[in-house]
Amino acid sequence: MTISPISLAFEKSKKEKRPALLTYTVAGDNTKKKSLEILNSISNYADICELGFPHNTPIADGGQIQTASYRSIKNGIKMIDVFQIVKEFKKNKKTKPIILMGYYNMICQYGQSKFLKKCKQVGVNGLIVVDLPWPENKKFSKKCKKKSISFIQLLSPTTSKQRMKKIIKDSHDMCYYISMLSVTGGKLKISPKEILKKYNKIKKINKKKNYVIGFGITENTISKLKSADGLVIGSAICKEITKSLKKKQNPVTNVSKMVLRLKKKIL
Amino acid sequence: MKIKKNIPLIDQHDKNGFWGKFGGNFIPETLKKPIEDLTILFEKLRKDKKFLQERDYYFKNWVGSPTPFVKLENLTAHLGGAQIWTKVVSEANGGAHKIYNATVHSLIAKRAGKKYIVGDTGAGYAGKMLSMAAKKFGLKCKIFMGAKDIKRQKPNCDAMRKNGAEIVPVYTGSQTLVDAVSECMRYWVSNCLTTSMCVGSTVGPNIFVKICGWSTSQISRELMLQIKDEFGEIPKKLKLINCVGGGSSSFGFWNEFMHYNKKQVEFIGVEAGGPKKSKRHAAPLTYGSKIGILHGAAQYVNQNTDGQIEETESISAGLDYPGVSPLHCFLKDVKRARYTAATDEEALKAYQLVTEHENLNPSLEPSHAFAEAIKIAPKLSDDTIIIVNSCGDAQKDRDILRQRIGK
Repeated sequence: MTISPISLAFEKSKKEKRPALLTYTVAGDNTKKKSLEILNSISNYADICELGFPHNTPIADGGQIQTASYRSIKNGIKMIDVFQIVKEFKKNKKTKPIILMGYYNMICQYGQSKFLKKCKQVGVNGLIVVDLPWPENKKFSKKCKKKSISFIQLLSPTTSKQRMKKIIKDSHDMCYYISMLSVTGGKLKISPKEILKKYNKIKKINKKKNYVIGFGITENTISKLKSADGLVIGSAICKEITKSLKKKQNPVTNVSKMVLRLKKKIL
Repeated sequence: MKIKKNIPLIDQHDKNGFWGKFGGNFIPETLKKPIEDLTILFEKLRKDKKFLQERDYYFKNWVGSPTPFVKLENLTAHLGGAQIWTKVVSEANGGAHKIYNATVHSLIAKRAGKKYIVGDTGAGYAGKMLSMAAKKFGLKCKIFMGAKDIKRQKPNCDAMRKNGAEIVPVYTGSQTLVDAVSECMRYWVSNCLTTSMCVGSTVGPNIFVKICGWSTSQISRELMLQIKDEFGEIPKKLKLINCVGGGSSSFGFWNEFMHYNKKQVEFIGVEAGGPKKSKRHAAPLTYGSKIGILHGAAQYVNQNTDGQIEETESISAGLDYPGVSPLHCFLKDVKRARYTAATDEEALKAYQLVTEHENLNPSLEPSHAFAEAIKIAPKLSDDTIIIVNSCGDAQKDRDILRQRIGK
């Protein structure tokens, strides 16, 4: 069996003795063209790129990602455009893993099988579905596996150890640990030390899996968490885009610079 | 799919929380545990005699049950045809049926040892009642409300503040109920260890549908006795008409009559058709919206082909919601209930006619139900009994009514 691009990305960063850097941007933010440019540019520094397909009723996202999503939807982005962005991106960056992230209704309306077929076709490597928890996601995650797409399970501080074990058992090559009780982009309520303490307990359950930490990570906190397998920056990037647009600056350059700074902090 | 006898409808879901294709728990991982905890606690409490006594005590002595059941003699004489009766649920403490769910959630929150309770609101009744119940039971309360609704339902906002609740205005999306529910859920994700959440209607993840339906069923428990008292038996031709937004009052109004043949006891749900000239509406059942996921549950919901939730439009803030309870989707699919819609204009007209003939002041939500009653009554025989749930009082609508009909 061939190793998935996601696993390869983790292997590479482990060899370099650093966590993998994962970025999250919203497809179509602020336009289809710009979001592709941003993706192309930040993928020079990011190891894995998460791309959100925006939903207008996001029950787990904070202000920054909501703003980015509304911006994108307002500009007319459709699911079909999201796939096109991935396709274009993969033309130049074939090996760079892409993870699509979003809400289940969008997948249902597209049609589960049709959605996965399209993912495979354009080169999507993984999926995060925010509102499809375990065990409800068992069937869907199996379907993903059949298409060699990683279904990424989420773990939270409220997840019991027993439940964690079961979720991790059903997980593919990566799990996502939510750092704290919050929607995306909240201020870190607990210290990085405490986050890592919980994280290490999870890691012990099955050391072979890759676990990333996300929610609330910024330029100020990222270096303190660098013992993790991977770290996700989302809201901070969306915020940078918002700021750039307000100042009438080019979000592509500003966001790229930011991601480079983040990368340097975890080396 | 069929309704099973001898089991409450709220319990007729599968192990994943689905009533047929509807309901379930489409929630972020963080909420799995708090929802599981709430489920275990509720299932325990509903079998706990002490808890039931406590509920009944507050329903009777604080909410003021039973609410009156009266014949609308003048309206019946004016229209001719079927007899029109009403259950004046707006006589409950606070002025609407939302008090039942708010009371039960607050009692549960106390048992769970929570100090804070949060809730969403559209018309402001769910928020007002939750603020009342929170005050009564010593909980700190936050209410999430769309900025548009805050403007158009000022009297209820004033009441919430008076009860010491904090109103959190929601500026995202359409700035109405749908956004308020989203924001409230987001708040709960961040604060679930210390805070209880009360979803204001029979919507949301499975357990919230159940708790709300269980609470509002008080309405039909009372009505069953009142009908037997009045007629000696359940009339041969009975029609129970109720407005449907999220669906909490209608479900509660119908629940005890669920197992009657629909030829004897017909359920008619009236959704908000929106302005006559607008394409927008809040009537997913009537206009055949596709099944989708909103606020943690599968349901018929207004959405575009991509799955983005569509904006709604209705004069009635309480019905202005793009989705509808999974219970109602189920009742529609098994054909136990019939659903239709009334436009803004029809609701206003009904309000005028009812208030002209009767000493009753139904809010814009039940005015939608009255519109249907007014439409069908003249065509029916005088041994047909129509009962409309007058589930809210129009005091909150005074600004809109003044503007639209000079009242």
